Amino acid sequence: MKVSLRWLRDYVDIDITPQELADRLTMAGLEVDAVAEYTPAFTGVVTAKILTMRRHPDAEKLHLLEVTTGGDPLPIVCGAPNMKPGDVVALATVGAEIPGGFVIKSSKIRGEASEGMLCSEDELGIGPDASGLLILPPDTPTGRNLIDVLALRDTVLDIGVTPNRSDCLSIIGIAREAAVLCGRKLRYPKISFKESGEDIRSITSVEILDPDLCPRYTARMIKGVKIQPSPKWMRQRLEAVGLRAINNVVDVTNFVMMEFGQPLHAFDFRFLEEGRIVVRRSRQGEPFVSLDGKTRTLNAETLMICDGRKPVAIAGIMGGENSEVKDDTETVLLESAYFNPSTIRRGARFLGMGTDAAFRFERGIDPEGVVRALDRAAQLIADLSGGRVCSGFIDTYPGKIPVSGPIQVRLDRMEAILGTAVKAAEATAIFKGLEMTVKKEGKGVLSVTPPPFRVDLWREIDLIEEIARIHGFDKIPVTVPAIPVPGDLHDRKREFETAVRDALNGLGFTEALNYSFVSPSSADALGLAEGDEGRRFVRIANPLTEDQSVMRTTLLYGLLETMRRNVNAGSPDLKLFELGKVFIARGEAELPREVDKIALLVSGSRYGENWHFPSLPADFYDIKGALETLAAFLRAGELRFEAATDIPWLHPGRAARVFSGGKGIGSFGELHPDAAARMDLRGRAFVCEIEAEPLGEGATAAVCYRDYSRFPSMTRDVAFLVGMEAEAAKMIGLARSAGEELLETVDVFDVYSGEGIPGGMKSLGLRFTYRSASKTLTDEETGQAHGRIVKKIVESTGARIRGEG
Amino acid sequence: MREQLERLQRDAEQELLGAVAAEEIQAIRTKYLGRKGALTSILRGLGSVPPEERPAVGQLANQVKEALSQRIEAALEATAASKKDSRLLRERIDVTLPGRRISRGTLHPITRVTQEICGIFASLGFAVAEGPEVELDYYNFEALNMAKDHPSRDMQATFYITGNLLLRTHTSPVQVRVMEKQKPPVRVIAPGKVYRPDADVSHSPMFHQIEGLYVDRGVTFGDLKGTLTFFLRHVFGEEIGVRFRPSFFPFTEPSAEVDIQCVMCRGKGCRVCGQSGWLEILGSGMVDPEVFKAVGYDSEEYTGFAFGLGVERIAMLRYGISDIRLFTENDRRFLEQF
Repeated sequence: MKVSLRWLRDYVDIDITPQELADRLTMAGLEVDAVAEYTPAFTGVVTAKILTMRRHPDAEKLHLLEVTTGGDPLPIVCGAPNMKPGDVVALATVGAEIPGGFVIKSSKIRGEASEGMLCSEDELGIGPDASGLLILPPDTPTGRNLIDVLALRDTVLDIGVTPNRSDCLSIIGIAREAAVLCGRKLRYPKISFKESGEDIRSITSVEILDPDLCPRYTARMIKGVKIQPSPKWMRQRLEAVGLRAINNVVDVTNFVMMEFGQPLHAFDFRFLEEGRIVVRRSRQGEPFVSLDGKTRTLNAETLMICDGRKPVAIAGIMGGENSEVKDDTETVLLESAYFNPSTIRRGARFLGMGTDAAFRFERGIDPEGVVRALDRAAQLIADLSGGRVCSGFIDTYPGKIPVSGPIQVRLDRMEAILGTAVKAAEATAIFKGLEMTVKKEGKGVLSVTPPPFRVDLWREIDLIEEIARIHGFDKIPVTVPAIPVPGDLHDRKREFETAVRDALNGLGFTEALNYSFVSPSSADALGLAEGDEGRRFVRIANPLTEDQSVMRTTLLYGLLETMRRNVNAGSPDLKLFELGKVFIARGEAELPREVDKIALLVSGSRYGENWHFPSLPADFYDIKGALETLAAFLRAGELRFEAATDIPWLHPGRAARVFSGGKGIGSFGELHPDAAARMDLRGRAFVCEIEAEPLGEGATAAVCYRDYSRFPSMTRDVAFLVGMEAEAAKMIGLARSAGEELLETVDVFDVYSGEGIPGGMKSLGLRFTYRSASKTLTDEETGQAHGRIVKKIVESTGARIRGEG
Repeated sequence: MREQLERLQRDAEQELLGAVAAEEIQAIRTKYLGRKGALTSILRGLGSVPPEERPAVGQLANQVKEALSQRIEAALEATAASKKDSRLLRERIDVTLPGRRISRGTLHPITRVTQEICGIFASLGFAVAEGPEVELDYYNFEALNMAKDHPSRDMQATFYITGNLLLRTHTSPVQVRVMEKQKPPVRVIAPGKVYRPDADVSHSPMFHQIEGLYVDRGVTFGDLKGTLTFFLRHVFGEEIGVRFRPSFFPFTEPSAEVDIQCVMCRGKGCRVCGQSGWLEILGSGMVDPEVFKAVGYDSEEYTGFAFGLGVERIAMLRYGISDIRLFTENDRRFLEQF
């Protein structure tokens, strides 16, 4: 909220600098976001008196004037119609700058010298009047800077008022805080005016059909008003706080809203059919034109102010075009009411109308300030428009507005919360400064009644906060709690995640972080089938963009997008990983299943640009190796891999499922060229996505030392000729399951196809290592075991042994 | 004979000076000291030497033989050494060529800062807790004293899924979930992703928060100040100024915004801190009795404080990052700096 210091000073004397005031308000919970100095956009304009005036000999509409700023008379040529000798006017002297970037020069106009320019309000940007010169009161001294004479300087504080402090959405509210913080007294404006003529209650009536939504409605009537622009002081105040001046009636309603925080509305009484007010809910779908000219469609919950036949205003939000004050308005019906905060909030949100009035009503206004604001506005309208206030006022108050009663505040409780003791005398002084009534209630207990405008104070804790706030947070001593050592120092999940990240960093993978929301088209890009779990999207009802409208069901799409951006930016060699959640929708009102996943991506060249290994393209076995090494690093036990041809986003010949402890935990492989094309990716990508939790479960196994044999080993190499489709894992599995105790390891030492190998075949070289735990093996012992293993492999797979017929 | 021996030594030494290859040196050895060599033939004339001189001549002959043998061994060693040297020289490589590096991956800066902060609080005895990112309205708002239609909900614009489901706007719902399950004392921090519909240089629709909660008997606002001051000095340096300023959060009372002295200008006022000299760094406060009521804690018996901080904000200040969007762009040139 913008607060003009000039306006603020109407209610409290401030003898500290604006910056000091801003600091004190900030440290009391009213955060000042900005302190802006306002000076008008002109220089060199002084007051001057017109001495003589005659017609320009060569131009009918121009006058030749002599003016003085206290010294010698200056000749001025002027085209304005409204001045006469003796008037005090605003003179832009030679060298002056006026808005629009004009610099005044000495000149000749149709042959006559002119040493300056006399200005209108409009030309100086200080008012709307462009019809003639700004004429100052006749006793204004001459030769004075116009900025000083009109007091045009101001400082405006922009204060971020938290939602609980509706009492600070007014100049007086801020003045009240400033008064407490500066040890000053708050001055309320004097409200006094004469009532005359008929009693309002004999002219009109107010009927409230929904007292729970509108507990109180008060009204006054002002007759014989003359609509015109407001005087300068009023316009200046409104404009300083960011409101546009309109006319002397509407401006008063805005002024009083800013002054007291009570929104008001003025109706032109002649447009109220049957001459009465009815407050009721609107009808579903009812159209209504608000005074900004827009047609609104109402729902059945919106509270409306109506006349005898039709709605004339959206209660607490905005008036209607059909009853607004016009240039020829003579009789004004002035409304000051209390509306239910939730009702106004729902209405304003439904209609998308966050008006100044709605903002205040939905936060809760002072229920006891309704009539005061009504009277203040009546007084000002009568003063500014020449109208007369009818006798009496209407106060229809069928509802109940909750007001906080006395609250017990225990000083020892205050100390228990704050960690410091505040003496009863100081607490009492703070409460009283905030306009609360305080009674001592036995030892160490105060009975405190907040004023009705403090709609945020209901409980002891609320009052303790008030004490802390005004006493000063900085005066509360810093203590360090003695925290006992926790029982369990381990946090398995955190340790596991850290280990995964460390391992992948060590393997050269860099961590990426993508949005949790993606485009629904991501499922199509990855080629997911209808009914695939990856299509069970959690949909955001109000996304920022369609591209961020569903929660991801896979980390891969984000990683692939990351790859595309990097490849396009000239970084094709990537090793990336991401740890994060995916979201699988369940029932409509049910929380989705959130699953922690680990995803990897490899693209481009295996070792990057490098003179050791010039352009070795990464392949399937890079990502597989990373996964295997990750599992080894985590001691996650043996992973099992199965060729997979049916994973939509993976190349059907270069894809595998991963199993840990018999449970499928994910898949990896080369990105399907169709998916790559749909995502506009250049270069091959190898991706992997696995569930973190099952991998973590396997990873908790403790290290256990096993004794190893001290005797030498013997190795035997065999090259098997097998079909292209034969799987190494199967042959190794056969060897391992042959039950030969002496067999220590089986390793693949060579895979070859091409020259010397029949078409459709490949040579798979396996190295068998044999060792006994108890003795040095002989050739014969090794040969027997080896022979049985090879025989088993050959018989089970039909493999031939290379080099043998 | 004495002269003969002396000459032999001179001649042999002379020849050794000219020999480089091991074979030449061996030939010299044979020529002078061999079984049929020069020394042997000289000693054959020993019979013609008068008997009283024989011991002295014999001694001289031994000296010459010893001296020459040593010289020859030395020459052989020198030759071998120089041969090895020249071989090593030939094996010379360019040591300034880049080594065969194992490319190191990096952690995302958000992870880095999160780990650091969790580490500090772990050392203070805080355990890590988690909660769902798609949350129930109840946990995100209602249990935190933010009723439907309350203007405090304006403070946190929200992504909704359905009427009751939403993307959590803060990590505070984890407070409620933890307290529902656990009796005091409670000391947890909850790091995680949160979501709000806002996107510009300083707002991301997805960002990270760390929530902290400490509930026990006798926890005070002074403890809140002490704990958070310790934490902020640990992160931003012992000298950093810290101030606590009254504010409003529906789930704490009293509530405090915590500011640190601007890390850019050290409090003098600059563009980063909007000339104020202070940077808002986290929100905190004493847990509101309404929240305790929602989880069945007795607020007369227990008090506590809670706080929440934005990880991106701290990372941005820490690393001098001025655009929050960089965190999710994942450009290699950005990621590899951390």
